[in-house]
Amino acid sequence: MSNKITRRDLLKGLATFPVAGSLLVGSLQKEKYYREKANSLSRIIDLNFSGFNHPLPDEKTSKKIRLGIIGCGLRGSMIMNSIGFASPDEILDIREASMKDKNDKRYEFFMNTERLNIEFKGVCDLFDPYAERAMIAAANSDKRHIKSNLTPVKRYPNCKDLIAAEDIDGVIIATPDHWHASMIIEAAKKGKHVYAEKCMTRTLEEAYKVKNAVEASGITFQLGHQNRQFDSYNLARDLVTNKEILGRVNLIQCNTNRNTEQGAWIYPIPENAGRHNIDWEQFIAATEPADFSLERFFRWRLWWDYGTGLAGDMLTHEYDCINQVLNVGIPDSVQASGGIYHFRDDREVPDVFNALLEYREKKLTLMYSASLANGKYRPRTLMGTDATMELSNGFTVTIDTHSQKYGDQIEQGLIDTEHPAYSYSPGSEKVDTITSASTKYFAQRGLIYTYRQGKALDTTYLHVKEWLDALRTHNQPSCNIHRGFEEAVTAHMATRSYREGKKVFFDRDSEKVVL
Amino acid sequence: MKSESQHQSLIQITALILLRWIIGWHFAYEGIAKLFDSNWSAYFYLLDSKGWFPGFFINMATNPFTLAILDPFIKWSLVLIGLSLIIGFLTRYASIGAMGMLLFFWLSHPPFIGMEYALPAEGHYLVFDKNSVEFFALLVILVFPTEHIIGIQAMLGQRDTQSEEVENVQ
Repeated sequence: MSNKITRRDLLKGLATFPVAGSLLVGSLQKEKYYREKANSLSRIIDLNFSGFNHPLPDEKTSKKIRLGIIGCGLRGSMIMNSIGFASPDEILDIREASMKDKNDKRYEFFMNTERLNIEFKGVCDLFDPYAERAMIAAANSDKRHIKSNLTPVKRYPNCKDLIAAEDIDGVIIATPDHWHASMIIEAAKKGKHVYAEKCMTRTLEEAYKVKNAVEASGITFQLGHQNRQFDSYNLARDLVTNKEILGRVNLIQCNTNRNTEQGAWIYPIPENAGRHNIDWEQFIAATEPADFSLERFFRWRLWWDYGTGLAGDMLTHEYDCINQVLNVGIPDSVQASGGIYHFRDDREVPDVFNALLEYREKKLTLMYSASLANGKYRPRTLMGTDATMELSNGFTVTIDTHSQKYGDQIEQGLIDTEHPAYSYSPGSEKVDTITSASTKYFAQRGLIYTYRQGKALDTTYLHVKEWLDALRTHNQPSCNIHRGFEEAVTAHMATRSYREGKKVFFDRDSEKVVL
Repeated sequence: MKSESQHQSLIQITALILLRWIIGWHFAYEGIAKLFDSNWSAYFYLLDSKGWFPGFFINMATNPFTLAILDPFIKWSLVLIGLSLIIGFLTRYASIGAMGMLLFFWLSHPPFIGMEYALPAEGHYLVFDKNSVEFFALLVILVFPTEHIIGIQAMLGQRDTQSEEVENVQ
């Protein structure tokens, strides 16, 4: 056997090269085809976007902000958890849940939450066990897993005293809706910055009062529409409003579908709850008097005296998204309908609800529909003369077959109108025009997650952080009082239309809602 | 096996080499396409895992460390395995590696009864899908090696008695 390479051996090796060469040439040709297609799309729409990087102040060198929290129930404790505060018991609970279910990443996310250079100086809740849990959680800035050596944060039995406390710079308000207005106004008067949960107010009249008080005070106000932090919304705003990727938007469909007790606001009532550990008098002080009721206290969203129904709780999320993307403002008219079709409890608020919001100047209609007894996912859809966008924490843009803007590209076969031409997946740094079929499929179906590559996109954390950054730099955050006012007025127009069975109008001259 | 290869006709050998090349082409282009697509990640695919070990695959997706290794590993493995099969170099290792990858894909998305995936399949499968077919095609490549007949290994003269015997037949 010889080790010398003969001519015959050489041919045996070289015989494979045409195959490898063809593959290389074919791959480059296919890539060139994709690039040309992508370039033709980029030539129509400038896909460059610089909004992903927000320069932020360094928390370590900035002044520590002292906070108080009012309302430490379901949402209040979620906000605390999102910004890195939880009682050792809560931490152990989520750790155990994460150990049992590998998909449950709450513990990992919580432990990785970056510090915001804040401290809690006071908590207030009308239900003793919630307040006591929050006192410990608020003290646990080091995310300790054991209770020893934790000095509980001060509890204020009355919210007014917490707002007035000299060692508190800002308050987080996560109470039932009927308390929002008086607390925000009180905080504004005392010069305390406010992060308040939506709906901003329970009534239309309160929305005007809150707006006036906040504007007069100069405080930094952020309404808790945390979805504003989705990169997809910011990018969609640039593409839809500035670059008119969809052409002229004329119809928007937004939806809510839930089919669980929790989703229908039938929240669990703690076994130990009763007259002895609930301050009922303070609970009803900001609304109509009523006899003590555990249901009303814990499931307050079911009654108009405390909550704002589907309009204030869920339509507002949809509306705020559209307002962020398209600056729609307050609609010219709202017509709403619906009813209590499914639930047989004492609720006053509808479980199926529809609202048509019309914008004459913008020449568009927003159709909202909701069911609390069906969980079907229906994508939020923005329909324009040239394309359609399905928007969640990612988005897809599909070009309309009869588009004029993209007509040439459609004719040349560069744009396929059956499938999305542009897509964006959460966590990505750019809009994609050549992504794989599978990624497009997931982006289109909304089968997407709030984190990618292990990076949690906790929007509540980002939203609170934006508020803190704004108050440190004396700026206004994204969901400021103007956006809050528009949100509240829109929600109350829908509720009023539903309750009175009439179309409701907004008079732009007097800035009043009229029937 | 040696005795069997003596009986392989030219058409049988040609068929085996074509099979090797086509699988190689498929693997290499899957990798090249993923390399060109800067947004590509196994993330969504793994998250949709079902079957015996969904937790394992979902964990890989959501763990930033494993995903950061897995994504480039998959891309480059596909390219290198594909090229290796085409040019006939270290083909035995490439076949084993390719089978390992296909097993990984099949285990993450087995087409068992009652398992529906977010991304619809382009065909109808029960227990065995295209990954399984390619897995067994690679088994054929592994047990009927051809790199010593056409390929870099043949060129380098890494002829063993087996290839010499084949030559004698030819």
